[in-house]
Amino acid sequence: MTTPALSIRGLTKVYGNGFHALKGIDLDVPQGDFFALLGPNGAGKSTTLGIVCSLVQKTAGEVSIYGIDIDRDFAKAKYHLGVVPQEFNFSQFEKVEDIVLAQAGYYGMSLREARPRCAQLLKDLGLWDKRNGPARMLSGGMKRRLMIARALVHRPRLLILDEPTAGVDIELRRSMWEYMRRINREEGTTIILTTHYLEEAESLCRNIAIINHGEIVKNTSVRELLTELDTETFLLDLAEPVDRAPVIEGFEVERVERAQLALSLRKGQQLNEAFRQLSEQGMNVVSMRNRANRLEELFVSMVEGDNARARQAEAGNKEAQS
Amino acid sequence: MNPRQILIALWTLVVKEVRRFTRIWPQTLLPPSITMTMYFIIFGNLIGSRVGEMDGFSYMAYIVPGLIMMSVITNSYSNVASSFFSNKFQRSVEEMMVSPMPSWVILGGFVLGGMSRGLGVGLIVTLVSLFFTDLTIHHPLVTIGVVTMTAALFSIGGFINALLANKFDDISIVPIFVLTPLTYLGGVFYSIDMLPDFWQGVSMVNPILYMVNAFRYGILGVSDIPVGGALVAVALFIVAFFAVALWMLERGKGIRS
Repeated sequence: MTTPALSIRGLTKVYGNGFHALKGIDLDVPQGDFFALLGPNGAGKSTTLGIVCSLVQKTAGEVSIYGIDIDRDFAKAKYHLGVVPQEFNFSQFEKVEDIVLAQAGYYGMSLREARPRCAQLLKDLGLWDKRNGPARMLSGGMKRRLMIARALVHRPRLLILDEPTAGVDIELRRSMWEYMRRINREEGTTIILTTHYLEEAESLCRNIAIINHGEIVKNTSVRELLTELDTETFLLDLAEPVDRAPVIEGFEVERVERAQLALSLRKGQQLNEAFRQLSEQGMNVVSMRNRANRLEELFVSMVEGDNARARQAEAGNKEAQS
Repeated sequence: MNPRQILIALWTLVVKEVRRFTRIWPQTLLPPSITMTMYFIIFGNLIGSRVGEMDGFSYMAYIVPGLIMMSVITNSYSNVASSFFSNKFQRSVEEMMVSPMPSWVILGGFVLGGMSRGLGVGLIVTLVSLFFTDLTIHHPLVTIGVVTMTAALFSIGGFINALLANKFDDISIVPIFVLTPLTYLGGVFYSIDMLPDFWQGVSMVNPILYMVNAFRYGILGVSDIPVGGALVAVALFIVAFFAVALWMLERGKGIRS
């Protein structure tokens, strides 16, 4: 078995105020993977990534980047690491090109080596025309792309993207996805992504981990995870409006709008059968789409289930104490 | 990192720091030049002409080394304090933290940046002083040694201040309430021989007195204190402050959660 790009064992973080952010998590991200780390706000995603990037000090546990233990040789491990954080973290007053070149310098790259690399990245990410302007003049999406260029300048093998498309318009988001796919596919860069857009995770990532209350509640491939989805809901747009929801034997149907139905499809059921029955009742479907992203449905059900269990356990503890 | 990479990283940081304070020169280089010109005109020329000689020198010539030193101290300190705190505030300090740069390179880069501004402003003030008095340097090595060490010491001090600061107010407290009084009481405008015995004794615990006098010795050849001891004391302070700053940086004090 090849060494994982990132290996985490028993990672624990207790903040100064006593908050238990991570409760001994284990995680492996294979080399070349496109990996999603998902979880609600405050679940422990950013703490985990912060520890990997040395921005947060761990309380206990082990972290290895491409087999290099960060406790033994963090400097060496950092060469493999590129980080795009959630918040803008560059000097707003510096020139765009200077920000990327300075980062290359911090990794010991000479200007002769860094300049062409920087130029290539700025061109690839559509920032070349802005290279001589101060970073504060960039739009939000451009600032995010600047952070990607900066993170990639030293050619890291592991790229961490903490909500890279937050607040980015859909067109730009898709171009960023395409770029990430390309560096993952062509350069073999392992990518770890956190995002609140589950459509993004489903579209980009091969493997996924869901973290909640400082614990990994699921760690599997996206494909496998989606097979756990028991019910999918489709919105069907009808050619003609209907007064009430039709009865379709074996299916749950609800009228959402005058000419739109919500059809729930359980595992093993066929859409063809629903269409046949609708057709028999004189209803024609002109278009259809998922009501919610499939991963989103699973994510919500898992996190809600986990939260309910946590509340139950807490109530049990309180009862035992009283 | 190998030695070449370390040198590149250190150079990158120093260039970035120098570029920062030269980019905003109306805030960093111009004000001390104007302030010191005022000191030269008012204290040196107008009032100084009535004060007469001090330690055998015109009052103007006597206060020039102290005023140069005052500029070096405040500018070295405030450059690092404001630059590093801005990096903390804008979170761009994370750029350095995620990189493989050793902590001592980060500290060294900021200190060299602070020294560049301190010594740069010191040079400007020296050039301005030439419009008001003749300046003959008696002991060039002592002069350069003292001013360089002082710039280093206060740059490190500014770094520690920035690490501990949580808001912008926190980086102005030390310059206003500690450095300025100590500098004024450090014999910039007078010889401590003029003070009563008690206040002479009190002055002797002011570290800035030693730096100002050692620098004055380098330029004018006169001093209120033994210069050799002053140089050793400054060197020891540099080592101690550097060790404390490095320890704090390694532990992520004020920058890691």
